[in-house]
Order: sequence, then C-alpha cells, then structure tokens
Amino acid sequence: MIVEILIYLFIAIGLTFNLLAVIGLLRFPDVYTRLHAGTKCTTFGSIFLCLAVMIHALRIWYLNGEPSSSIMPIHTLIALIAILITNPTGAHAIARAAHRSGVKPVKAVVDDLEEDRECHSKKSST
Amino acid sequence: MMGSLFLGASVFLVICIVLAMIRVIKGPTVPDRVVGLDTINTLVVVAMILCGAASRESIYIDVAIVYALLSFITTILIARYLEGGEI
Repeated sequence: MIVEILIYLFIAIGLTFNLLAVIGLLRFPDVYTRLHAGTKCTTFGSIFLCLAVMIHALRIWYLNGEPSSSIMPIHTLIALIAILITNPTGAHAIARAAHRSGVKPVKAVVDDLEEDRECHSKKSST
Repeated sequence: MMGSLFLGASVFLVICIVLAMIRVIKGPTVPDRVVGLDTINTLVVVAMILCGAASRESIYIDVAIVYALLSFITTILIARYLEGGEI
C-alpha cells in the first residue's frame, strides 16, 4: 500500500517538474535562462520518474522472486546514471557554444566569461 | 492498474514533447533550437523507460540507454559545430 502511494507521489513530482521545464522553455527570454529551465528541471523530473519505475520493478521482483525480474530495475538505474552524467555536460557545451557564437544574455549586468576572454586575448596579443 | 498509470504518464510526456517542439520550430537563434532538442531528448528517454515499465518489457529500457548516449553525442557535436571548432 505504502509502495503504491510512493509510486504515485514520485510520478506526480516527476511529471510536474517536466511540465515546468517545458513551460520555462517556452516563456523565458533568452538562451541561457531557457537552458537553465530546460535542463535542470528535466534532470530532476527524470530522477523521480526513474525512481518510480525502479520501485515498481523492485516490487515485482520481490513478489515473484525470479532472477530474470532483476533486469528492469538495474537497467533503469543504468539509464538514470546515463541521464545524470550526459545532461549537465551537454548543457554546459551548449552554453559555451552559444556564448562563443555571439548570443548575448538579455539584461546582463555582469558577464564574467566575456571579461575573462577579453583579458585572455589581451595577454596573448601582447 | 500500474501499467495504465505508467502509460498515462508517458502520454503526458508526449504532450510535453509537443510543447517543447514549438520552441524548436519558433526559436530565434540556433542555440535556442538546440536547447529545445536537448530537452526533447531527455523527455523521450524518460517516456521510453515509462513505456517499458508499462508493458513489462526491459528491452525498451535498453533502447533508452542507447538513445541517451547517442543524443549526448549529437548535442556535443552540434555544440562543437556552433563554436566553430573542428569536429
């Protein structure tokens, strides 16, 4: 019983955060804030949805006791680890590429990466 | 009952994917479209995992692992191309 409540709760949290990610992707003003919404929220939502699937599969494994039922939770864990490693790395690469290809943040007061690059280019030219 | 719950959750994710596709079509700059694609990739991976749980087929989850790694390679490749570096 408590396992079912836990699964419902985790699915609700995961779907809410994925919906918030998509709304943020549609509503935010520039690339960096969209990246912030579209990557962090989907990672957080994916963690909870994968946890729900893992709890469900572990319960099936516990109930019927066959060794072949252990495939689903372990592979879900592997997929979760793959998402957790690749998603922030990809977001970092996109943000760097956007900054280097000349997209400026809207209403930015401080742009440390730009100052850092200017400083670096001055050093290398002199 | 649990199967239809997971299937409903994956249908909800498909609606989210359609909403994110608006950003891919509309996006003013190229990095906007790439951000939309990255979000869609993560949502597709999670929808595949939920479909696998709904139909109790673990092969869908294997496909999701491979999709996650390949979409990561695609994102890195497009980012390198936008930076102007060598691929």
